[in-house]
Amino acid sequence: MRSLARRKLAARLALGASGVATFIGLAFLAAILWTLFSRGLGGLSWHVFTEMTPAPGSEGGLLNAIYGSVVMTLLGVLIGAPIGILAATYLSEYGRRARLSVVIRFINDVLLSAPSIVIGLFVYTLVVLPMGHFSAMAGAISLAIIVIPVAVRTGEDMLRLVPQSMRHGSAGLGAQPWRTITSIVYPAARSGLLTGVLLALARVSGETAPLLFTALNNQFWNARLSQPMANLPYVIFQYATSPYPNWQSLAWVGALLITLFVLFLSIFARLVSRLFGQRESRVE
Amino acid sequence: MKQTTKRWIVAMAGALTALSLMAGASGVARAQDISGAGATFPAPIYAKWAEAYKQQTGVALNYQSIGSGGGIKQIEAATVTFGASDMPLMPQVLQQNGLVQWPMIIGGAIPVVNLAGVQPGQLLLDGPTIAAIYLGDITRWNDPAIQKLNPRLKLPKQDIAPIYRADGSGTNFLFTNFLSKVSPKFAQQVGSNTSVQWPAGLGAKGNEGVANQVLQTAGAIGYVEYAYVVQTHMTYARLRNAAGYYVAPSAQAFQSAAANADWAKAPGFYQVLTNEPGATSWPITGASFILLHVQSHDKNTTAALKFFDWAYNHGQQLAQQLDYVPIPASVVKMVEAKWSSALRVDGQAVWPAK
Amino acid sequence: MSAVTLPFKRQLRREARAEQVFRALTVCSAALVLIVLAGVLGALVHGAWPALSTFKFGFLTREVWNPVTIQFGALAALYGTVITSLIAMVIAVPLAFGIAVFLTETCPLWLRGPIATCIELLAAVPSIVFGIWGLFVLAPLLQHHVQPWVIDHFEDLPGIGHLFRGPPYGIGLATAGFVLAIMVLPFITSVMREVFLSTPRSLKEAAYGIGATQWEVIWDVVLPNSRAGVIGGIMLGLGRALGETMAVTFVVGNAHRISSSLLAPGTTISASIANEFTEALGPLYTSSLVALGLLLFILTFIIIAAARLLLARLEQRGASV
Repeated sequence: MRSLARRKLAARLALGASGVATFIGLAFLAAILWTLFSRGLGGLSWHVFTEMTPAPGSEGGLLNAIYGSVVMTLLGVLIGAPIGILAATYLSEYGRRARLSVVIRFINDVLLSAPSIVIGLFVYTLVVLPMGHFSAMAGAISLAIIVIPVAVRTGEDMLRLVPQSMRHGSAGLGAQPWRTITSIVYPAARSGLLTGVLLALARVSGETAPLLFTALNNQFWNARLSQPMANLPYVIFQYATSPYPNWQSLAWVGALLITLFVLFLSIFARLVSRLFGQRESRVE
Repeated sequence: MKQTTKRWIVAMAGALTALSLMAGASGVARAQDISGAGATFPAPIYAKWAEAYKQQTGVALNYQSIGSGGGIKQIEAATVTFGASDMPLMPQVLQQNGLVQWPMIIGGAIPVVNLAGVQPGQLLLDGPTIAAIYLGDITRWNDPAIQKLNPRLKLPKQDIAPIYRADGSGTNFLFTNFLSKVSPKFAQQVGSNTSVQWPAGLGAKGNEGVANQVLQTAGAIGYVEYAYVVQTHMTYARLRNAAGYYVAPSAQAFQSAAANADWAKAPGFYQVLTNEPGATSWPITGASFILLHVQSHDKNTTAALKFFDWAYNHGQQLAQQLDYVPIPASVVKMVEAKWSSALRVDGQAVWPAK
Repeated sequence: MSAVTLPFKRQLRREARAEQVFRALTVCSAALVLIVLAGVLGALVHGAWPALSTFKFGFLTREVWNPVTIQFGALAALYGTVITSLIAMVIAVPLAFGIAVFLTETCPLWLRGPIATCIELLAAVPSIVFGIWGLFVLAPLLQHHVQPWVIDHFEDLPGIGHLFRGPPYGIGLATAGFVLAIMVLPFITSVMREVFLSTPRSLKEAAYGIGATQWEVIWDVVLPNSRAGVIGGIMLGLGRALGETMAVTFVVGNAHRISSSLLAPGTTISASIANEFTEALGPLYTSSLVALGLLLFILTFIIIAAARLLLARLEQRGASV
């Protein structure tokens, strides 16, 4: 039996090491944020939001890239979230215990963690080749395919949280299941579903790989979905690996913008779930 | 709460729709947008031309520099209006894929290094030595083979980091073509193509990526188009040409090499300008080509041809500013004759533009 | 009487039809998940077929990647994918364990929320940011300060010395592994933390009751009890690391070669596809890249499926307890 003193020392060392590990983890976050701010803030100016991506050596901004990212991300979520929530509705309301649901949940979890570049390859063969050119629509579709599993997962979790008593009460009044779902379950799970959508939005905002072979990029303004559209991640990718100082500084600004957007979205989503989640339970 | 949430959502949706409509309306270009993709070799001058052309005519040229391999692949798949490649396609391949190619601009690939204390143009290299470096046979900068070429330079005992193109690249083709001509071992082991299997070193994407990587890695050597060297003030090396002289890269050096080209006798304008004779010729010169389908349904073809015609006749000054060599007028005539005779969109001739 | 019930019956019928439509919608959406997976798999197999049928099993075992002679083998990319992910796990798992222990045991209660949020913010940072941070900040740091030191001190060790040989490029397999480690750290941490928090109090109190120190409780009671969850979390992190593209492409070096040194440049499956797909000339080259994608998909599928099964079993057990 090792002496008590030795065991206590071991405990103290181990717990100290855990503190060091946490410090290291936080240090990485600080290092990345520090780099982003120090290199990105310098390039931040009104130009970034009012001018298009420039030729090397010329001045410019990120307007078309920001617009493209916003459009494709919103489209991706607008397409993917309803499909995901409908699928989650099936899993939670209609087929909760069905054998098919077990398979679907499993496959969904696999898709959730699947490499996004493979999704890009899939959409390239499915949309870009038959269409004959790269397009923002293809980009949006690939983002939608990434959103669907996220929406299904969080959607089902949130819908399941709604107590069965509410459903029973509605059924007791003679409502069809769809009436129960749309009038009772969805409103009750509203904040959770919104949080899920926001988190899906955050996840998809930073995705680059699926856009590489679908939306490509566009150095000019383009608002048509059937043509290649600029997007922030691709521009960052291209500009960061170039030797031009003006391009590199824009790349950092773009990286800062995306990171801030995603960080704020995540914090906002958390706030929404905490604020409105509490409200719901109080109403009950 | 329910009422205000609903109103808030409706207001947001309305604002977003209005914003997109406004933005979309302002963005609806007055003319067609031309899309092209390919070589990073001419990308700096294409970008400058596109900017100037847009200012003059309002037509936007969306050129994505994804490498010559990408340009060839995308035009073969017809996902863009034109492709750009520094590696000319053989006449048989052109015929097979129903493509037409013509030279648009001439430039040179330059070896660049990252060596502390070495000034641009100070280092002297020749083809066989560079081949040995990229084969992995020479691994340190103070190797006797390099020191022999540079008796007056004190080279450090530093590892050489050879940087090559990781993507399908015409610049790669030019570089490996030159090395294959001067080093039989290189020709046998590696060969010459837009994409090869490199025995040593690491890869970067695009001329831009190689330039960036060389700037970032101490002891690196790479190869980039001259415009990139000028724009980023890189340390270039002087190269020994076929005539035995050490030349520095310049528009005149590229011109001297290009003067040897006989465009009239080349089917499909196939010309490779590496290791050309001439006392002042730059050994890794090359023309960059545009690829277009002979028969297509692409409505933007005429707009693209108008741009190229503008670039031939009005873009020389911009090209010279970046040390590219414009295509001589006699060749331009041959090219535009080819446009008239060969190119058809939906069966109709597209040149001269109506 | 009938004048009152007729509109009511019509309403009932309408609602019943609406129910069929809605239910069909949900079933279709759920089926879409399966269809997407089948579609991805089908598209990959279809695209990879030319390469796989040409090179057969050799595709998996050969290191060659030669577009000139049109010979392709996945070994170099597979090697790079596995090595970078392994390095990432070796670095991230102990760190994640330490952070999870800190957050569940040592940390003062008021600090737990903020620190946990910070760690999860690391997960929110887009992968491309990790990539450029790795290229512009980490790689020069490694190249000028860390790697020369490592090479000098470890190069001549017997047996494992060759792992640390080579010119200090700054980028390469080791750097990519390092960046991946930072990326998967938050995921593994959050799974471990959840699993540690769900340890039944009675078990821990019993251990404390017989005089165990805090560390002994963690190591000998909490960890064994959470084994399935921890392994599941690690495998999820591994699955993520295997499939990561942007963070790796910037710093892996893009060399289709297997070197004995960890500091050497290499490539991973996703980095190869990202770099070469839009320009791969020739059907066999493109097909080889798609075959790489298929390999990656199967690899991650197996690992993630196993992880999910483990975690699902844990949830079941937790519910029964």
